Order: sequence, then structure tokens, then C-alpha cells
Amino acid sequence: MTAQIRFADVEVGTELPARSFPVTRATLVQYAGASGDFNPIHWNEKFAKEVGLPDVIAHGMFTMAEAIRVVTDWAGDPGAVVEYGVRFTKPVVVPNDDEGALIEVSAKVAALLEDNRVRVDLTAVSAGQKVLGMSRAVVQLA
Amino acid sequence: MALDQSFVGRTYPPTDPYEVGREKIREFAESVGDANPAYTDPDVAKALGHLDVIAPPTFVFAITFKAAGQVIADPQLGLDYSRVVHGDQKFAYSRPVRAGDRLSVTSTIEAIKSLAGNDILDIRGEVHDETGEHVVTAWTKLVSRAAEEA
Repeated sequence: MTAQIRFADVEVGTELPARSFPVTRATLVQYAGASGDFNPIHWNEKFAKEVGLPDVIAHGMFTMAEAIRVVTDWAGDPGAVVEYGVRFTKPVVVPNDDEGALIEVSAKVAALLEDNRVRVDLTAVSAGQKVLGMSRAVVQLA
Repeated sequence: MALDQSFVGRTYPPTDPYEVGREKIREFAESVGDANPAYTDPDVAKALGHLDVIAPPTFVFAITFKAAGQVIADPQLGLDYSRVVHGDQKFAYSRPVRAGDRLSVTSTIEAIKSLAGNDILDIRGEVHDETGEHVVTAWTKLVSRAAEEA
């Protein structure tokens, strides 16, 4: 693995470049196909509302996949991610229009670990709500 | 109804190998809009020290969750899947998943808890390649919400 960020160049509090990821109904259909998760709450508005959701929601795993891009883009080598975990606190509600929803992700180095590893804490927000909790990755730096 | 605590520690047989294909990785990366060339260009992946294109970190969930289906669908456990939501997800990687891997998953029920009428099920999936090398462990927490009172 060859992360392009050197351990010596980061400190606790170092911020990673933040990103915003748009998600529309079409995105969710594409993700359903690629991931094999065809739960109708992710594409069928009638079904989603019948089970008590405000509207169609994004797959939690889709949100998790977007959030880690802030880390993989920063590290250079996605293989530098050695641990990654999240709690799904709120759903990302995706309205049926051209805009859909936006997942805004920021991250910073929260701890320096042994063997040139760092813990990165992530924040993911959509429509003003925190959608991931306890979102953390351990990254192997150079 | 609370789930049977005696299922804690139960391990299910390893799944038949899932063969990871380059085009499946590409499809997944495109579905999350991730253009990182390590997912699609073998030369870039090799320059980073990998044997072939690698998969995005969460790609393996599709494989471990399918394996967890053995647990979820176990009629003896009696989980009401229509009320299940995904609570937490965590991965610990020995190395990234890569094209050409033949991955087998061994699922274990790590914990069963009952909180305010909700059943909480923790499933650990250990993913090994065809040589027996550990690739990644996936922890999936499922919450089966209490049925509403009529």
C-alpha cells in the first residue's frame, strides 16, 4: 500500500478536503443494481410511506460508501483504509425531483496511532441532519 | 418476542466462494460515482502495490450481507425481517478485496440484545480468500423494531 499522505505531515485536527455528494432516485436505482440490495424502501415511494418513512431513503451502505471517499481520495490509495465503521442515525431522504438530496461529508484526524496509522472521524450531513454517527476510519499512512 | 439468547456464539457454515470480477467492481464504483482509477485500471492498482484492481471499502458488504442471510432466514431464530433496520456497520481489513478473489464468508451471531422491545442482532462475517488468508471482517448490527401496539 502506498498512501500519498505521510504520517509525519498530519496532526490531530488536520482536516481532510470536504466533499458533497448528490443523490437522486436514479442514483439509488443504479446502486440497488450494483449492490444487489433491492429493498423497495430505496425506490418505491408508496412502499416507503406505508412502512412509516417520509419518502424514499438512500441505502445506508450508499451513504457509507460516499463518506469514505473523503478518506480514500485524501490517502490516494483506497487500500490504505484498514478499519471503517459507522452508525446509521438518520436516513437520507431522497425526493423524486431532479435535485434529489445532498450528502455533505467532512473529516479530520482525531488520533495518531502506532505504525503510522491515524484515526479519522467523519461527519455526514443531509438536509441539516447528521446521517452517520460514530463514523470512524483507521488509515495507514506512509 | 425476544430472540433466543442461546443463538449467541452460533457459527454458520462457510459460504460457497464468491468470485470478485473486475467488471463488478467497476459497476459498483460507478454506482457510487467514484472515479478512483485503482478500481478500474490494473496498472494504477499495481503501481499502488496491489495485484489487480481493488474494490471500494464497502463493496464487500454485498457479499457478507448475503451470507448473513443464512442467519436472518434461520427459521429457528425467528427474526421478523420486515421490521429490521441496519443499525451499525464496521469493517476491519487485512487487505483490500481485489479482482480475482474467491471469497468465502463465515457468519457468527456475536450478540443478541433486547432493548425497549427492539431485538438487536450483531452478526460477524469473517471473509477469507481461496488460500485461507483473512481479507476482512464485517460487523453488521441489525435492529428489529418492536411491533406497534394495536
